[in-house]
Amino acid sequence: VTGPAARDEVLARIRTALGDSAPADPDPGGHAPPADPAPRAYRTSGDLGAGLLLDLLAERLRDYGCTVRRTAPGEVMTAVGEALIRRGAHRIVVPSGLGLTGLPTGTEAVAVAIAETGTIVLDGSPDQGRRALSLVPDYHLCLVRAHQVVGLVPEALARLDPGRPLTWISGPSATSDIELDRVQGVHGPRTLEVILVEPEQASQPGT
Amino acid sequence: LTTFLGIPTAPRGVGHLRGDEPFPVAARKALANTQLRRNLGKATATIRAKRAAVVAELPDWEELREAGRAIKAHTMRNLGHYLTELESQVTARGGTVHWARDAIEANRIVTDLVRATGAAEVVKVKSIVTDEIGLNDALAQAGIHAYETDLAELIVQLGKDRPSHILVPAIHRNRAEIRDIFLREMSDVDPGLTDTPAALTEAARLHLRRAFLSARVGISGANFAVAETGTLVVLESEGNGRMCLTLPDTLITVMGIEKVVPAWRDLDVFMQLLPRSSTGERMNPYTSMWTGVTPGDGPQSFHLVLLDNGRTAALADETGRQALHCIRCSACLNVCPVYERTGGHAYGSVYPGPIGAVLSPQLTGVEDNASLPYASTLCGACYDACPVKIDIPSLLVHLRARHVEETARAHRVASPEAVTMAAASWVMASPARWAAAQRASRLGRALGRGGRIRRLPPPLSAWTAARDAPAPPRQTFREWWREERGGRP
Repeated sequence: VTGPAARDEVLARIRTALGDSAPADPDPGGHAPPADPAPRAYRTSGDLGAGLLLDLLAERLRDYGCTVRRTAPGEVMTAVGEALIRRGAHRIVVPSGLGLTGLPTGTEAVAVAIAETGTIVLDGSPDQGRRALSLVPDYHLCLVRAHQVVGLVPEALARLDPGRPLTWISGPSATSDIELDRVQGVHGPRTLEVILVEPEQASQPGT
Repeated sequence: LTTFLGIPTAPRGVGHLRGDEPFPVAARKALANTQLRRNLGKATATIRAKRAAVVAELPDWEELREAGRAIKAHTMRNLGHYLTELESQVTARGGTVHWARDAIEANRIVTDLVRATGAAEVVKVKSIVTDEIGLNDALAQAGIHAYETDLAELIVQLGKDRPSHILVPAIHRNRAEIRDIFLREMSDVDPGLTDTPAALTEAARLHLRRAFLSARVGISGANFAVAETGTLVVLESEGNGRMCLTLPDTLITVMGIEKVVPAWRDLDVFMQLLPRSSTGERMNPYTSMWTGVTPGDGPQSFHLVLLDNGRTAALADETGRQALHCIRCSACLNVCPVYERTGGHAYGSVYPGPIGAVLSPQLTGVEDNASLPYASTLCGACYDACPVKIDIPSLLVHLRARHVEETARAHRVASPEAVTMAAASWVMASPARWAAAQRASRLGRALGRGGRIRRLPPPLSAWTAARDAPAPPRQTFREWWREERGGRP
């Protein structure tokens, strides 16, 4: 819609504005990034073991008003079934790649989950489905396996592929726009339920 | 307009960066509104407490702030490089990048893009930048209706009102007012609607669902854009953002050029700083990240509009450019004793509060928002709260100086303030003149009562209109010293 004129002018304005304070671009017009001087003294890896990570994730999810079930690796099907029966779900959508055939499930897997912030991240892989799947229904059931849980935000970003469409979910849809009263459930699902699958060796919850 | 190095500022007559009246006049009206002051007091206190609690949880908060500051400063020094890198990454992933020199050009680009789809309505994610450029007005002139889908923005839009807070734009409305607006403006609303927040939220959900499911064009802003990968990031709470970003065929994102960040790992920092500073949550309910077009999932046509509109003029001011580091969290609003009492409308711009007082005058040119750098007590609470450590108090002082200098240059006849300052400088330059002036000031004691002067005669009444002046003391310090010490050192 705009020709090169606007682009050239904005870039020229930037050069004028920076004047002498702009460092010389090592690769003009190319892709070599300038040196990054930012100090990165913040935490980039957590120090919790698998059991404590799941405990923390469960606590943070419940804080947001999520329902959390913990289950042993061999009992995932039972836990999913129980959740759906309790919900009274009759019709559900399932991502094609989830591989939970034989059970009427409405669940998705995740790309990664962040314990410290109570966040699950979906990346649109076949076991998670396209983005509308976890958005339009009123109830979202999500399956998180122990090896998918990390402690911190930087650990999650290191695992994620920026090329995929990512959705970070931290609790159910909510608003505080009217007098700062929190109301759960606006446009996204009003209920978010998470099934946490314990690690293979230690299937006792709450260690 | 006065410009730095000949770089144009945001044009007049379009968008919402300038108020109709100076801050003190608008603030006086706001202060008279007791309902507004009650709402603001409650809201700012609540968010302040939530923010303090979640910030205290992180042992490395200060390290994150320092990293955020350094990344932003580095980005500004290399802005041209990172914008062209972003452009090539978005293009490589199937998106189209447009450049807009100002609000008028951005509005034209977006309007033309919507027209090309044939759509008569669009759904919008909450976006301050589209409010800055007055996009909804421009679309309306082209016969296109824009649905604001964030609950607060919907309340503001239906109430034919202006946003008053960056995070909670309808903070000046209470539940009874919102119910009245919905009953009046929503054709499909239940006439028995109550004023509980849950019922009002449900009414908005139903009102917007049809728009979401039928919309062919979505319009958003952006919290971050990663140059390295071409990834756009939008944080939100309600799910309206996800609806607008995934359901329509065409997505148009408008972002200020300062929102670019260099690398994917920079989100390490900003995905921690922003939610905790903004809503006071460990993480906001929903964040969407997308890169160009994903076949079979979400919009199949993606346009990114890169907007200047005065930002390069701010960049030209080596001190002032810090204001471009802002990530729009609104923490500075919630801690500001001035904002807490006046609310956002008094600032006249879509960017209110301390950050608005340093950003708006730079985008428009200082003379168009000359009262804003003075709309502060310089207490420094905003600097402490800022997640990217913008030194707002120093910027305010810097912009006051720029205002004085630009005014002096523009007017041959000296301003009353300049005359007063010149006179003060002449008096203070000589010990004899200073002593005489202090003796003369003692006449002012006649005006004082209880150590205070409540009203001075004109032109000094300008000072006492908003504050008391201390009555001059009976004796000066030098007189007291002579009396006590008899002239000994």
